[in-house]
Amino acid sequence: MARVIVVTSGKGGVGKTTSSASFATGLALRGNKTVVIDFDVGLRNLDLIMGCERRVVYDFVNVLNNESTLKQALIKDKRCDNLYILPASQTRDKEALTQEGVERILNELKEDFDYIVCDSPAGIEKGALMALYFADEAIVVTNPEVSSVRDSDRILGILAAKSKRAIDGAEPIKEHLVITRYMPKRVEMGEMLSVDDVKELLSIPLLGVIPESESVLSASNAGVPVIHDKNSLSGQAYSDVVSRFMGEDTPMRFLNVEKTGLLKRIFGT
Amino acid sequence: MSLLNYLRRKKKPTASVAKERLQIILAREHAGRHEPDYLPALKQELLDVVSKYVKVDLGDIKVNLERDGDCEILELNISLPEEVQEMLVNAD
Repeated sequence: MARVIVVTSGKGGVGKTTSSASFATGLALRGNKTVVIDFDVGLRNLDLIMGCERRVVYDFVNVLNNESTLKQALIKDKRCDNLYILPASQTRDKEALTQEGVERILNELKEDFDYIVCDSPAGIEKGALMALYFADEAIVVTNPEVSSVRDSDRILGILAAKSKRAIDGAEPIKEHLVITRYMPKRVEMGEMLSVDDVKELLSIPLLGVIPESESVLSASNAGVPVIHDKNSLSGQAYSDVVSRFMGEDTPMRFLNVEKTGLLKRIFGT
Repeated sequence: MSLLNYLRRKKKPTASVAKERLQIILAREHAGRHEPDYLPALKQELLDVVSKYVKVDLGDIKVNLERDGDCEILELNISLPEEVQEMLVNAD
């Protein structure tokens, strides 16, 4: 049975699309048939991060309005065989998303895919609500920073009250915390909330920590999800996230400051 | 960080402040999470009814919903302006 996973956060700019792209890619690299859907109608960006922006012909809203078939709108990823992208519309507004329409598309996708990753827009408006409504699992992307933590907490409240599973009284959505843009050095100096602080505040299980890294910007510049970059710490951290999600026992990495030599410590870099 | 920077450092750690503030605000927001959506509308309608007879502000109406085990208590508190209170006393 296909699983629907929403990548959400409440706050914008914390790394939802980056995380969706790398997480979906990671699932596909492990042989799972995966589709990643951009729910940010009007502000499409997943296509850029996945590097398929020039291949968009039809979009999510076209399929909702029966202006194209799902097959026509799905874009096959260049790098992974098992991965497809369903882009958001750039011209319509989020009112185009209806519960019935989204449900119909998800049901159709469930027949062919193992995982359906829903990249949520920021905020708690229609697009965000539709992205999480049908979810079986949620990845809550949080930066170790006050406004992001508060908004994540708000989203957790919405998952627990306004999702289909909550309304039907079914088994609750399985929640996972992914902390992004983590800077161990600043945590050590007491300038940034630690992993344990964020875990304690949000009290949901931790799926992974992605360290702040220059490679994330390079990856989006190039349109290649950072998980493909084996040399990058962020890429490795996303691989770990996927393996933990698949149930493997992968220890947390990149939580502490790398040991530097005495000379470097005295003279700086 | 170089030694010089280290010696110059005087910044106070702020992460603990952030955590404390978040603990307080999240606790408060969790308490409000179970508040029904109709409370603001209820308040407004009460104000409409009461202001037909007495001049009161929205701020003079306090609506509190408390949960005590299985029991929910909806508490309404309307403070009347002083002149009305005097009128009431004089009428006695």
